[in-house]
Amino acid sequence: MSIGILGTKLGMTQLFNQEGKAVPVTVIQAGPCIVTQIKTKQTDGYTAVQVGYGEVTAKALNSPQLGHLKKSEASPLRHLHEYRLDTVDEFQLGQQIKVDTFTEGQQVDLIGTSIGRGFAGYQRRHHFGRGPMSHGSKNHRLPGSTGAGTTPGRVYPGKRMAGRLGGEQVTIKKLRIIKVDVERNLLLVQGSVPGKPGALLNVIPARKVGR
Amino acid sequence: MNVQEIIRSIEAEQMKSNLPTIYIGDTVKVGVVIQEGGKERVQPYEGVVIARNRSGINQTITVRRIFQGVGVERVFLVHSPRVANIQVLRRSKVRRAKLYYLRDRVGKATRLKQRFDRPF
Repeated sequence: MSIGILGTKLGMTQLFNQEGKAVPVTVIQAGPCIVTQIKTKQTDGYTAVQVGYGEVTAKALNSPQLGHLKKSEASPLRHLHEYRLDTVDEFQLGQQIKVDTFTEGQQVDLIGTSIGRGFAGYQRRHHFGRGPMSHGSKNHRLPGSTGAGTTPGRVYPGKRMAGRLGGEQVTIKKLRIIKVDVERNLLLVQGSVPGKPGALLNVIPARKVGR
Repeated sequence: MNVQEIIRSIEAEQMKSNLPTIYIGDTVKVGVVIQEGGKERVQPYEGVVIARNRSGINQTITVRRIFQGVGVERVFLVHSPRVANIQVLRRSKVRRAKLYYLRDRVGKATRLKQRFDRPF
């Protein structure tokens, strides 16, 4: 387990690699994050580092939040996030975490909130097929059958239906970092990431899954 | 520095500054870098610019020419390192931004009237 960083999605563009091929990249302005709390085995029962990101005016936070940030002498921050670590010895309160914790070519996981699409129908939400649009058909975007009749006499839980789509946490795994710009706190990641420009993103080193 | 400026400055690092001004209807000669068994060489491709799409680093031109009686259209990423050079050979007088009507024409009807008021 190693520490990640919080950032803002800025948008997408493309770069040319050494072969001359165009690579789509997402520009992320990440950090600097400030260590706001260090959790240890003695005090909290587990080891973790809490970091803050996103400067706001003091008016935007309430006094308990400001009091919590005062311990690390951080300016008022909008977002707090905890990273569980094996050891926390190398971190001090108020320490800055910058994009140089990542290297070019490294694989990262990106956690963000997908674009909210509101109440979406069957086709958009679950990729149902649609009915014929003409020849007397009145079934255009209906779902069809939702199950058997008198037995069981109910619709089984988990039946795919219309409802809220998007606006939920999404993890995109194993994206390659193309470029790290320490001066401007930028990360350039190959591929697309959840959310619109301005969305909060959590960048962590890629977690190994399986063998 | 706002978001658009940051993204534009990232693109600017890779954009070419020595490109000629390309108008729709120009006859251009595009030098395409091709790799053959570890060797690189530049192959020219000549034709009429019938469309220009997008802007910034993603700008493309569509170049059409008739090759062995068959119409061929290639889309070039103008700022790509695979495009070694672009040379304007002839400028034409056209009234549209997209010359897709040339696809339906053959022979003499595909000629475009040359104009001389725009320097190369």
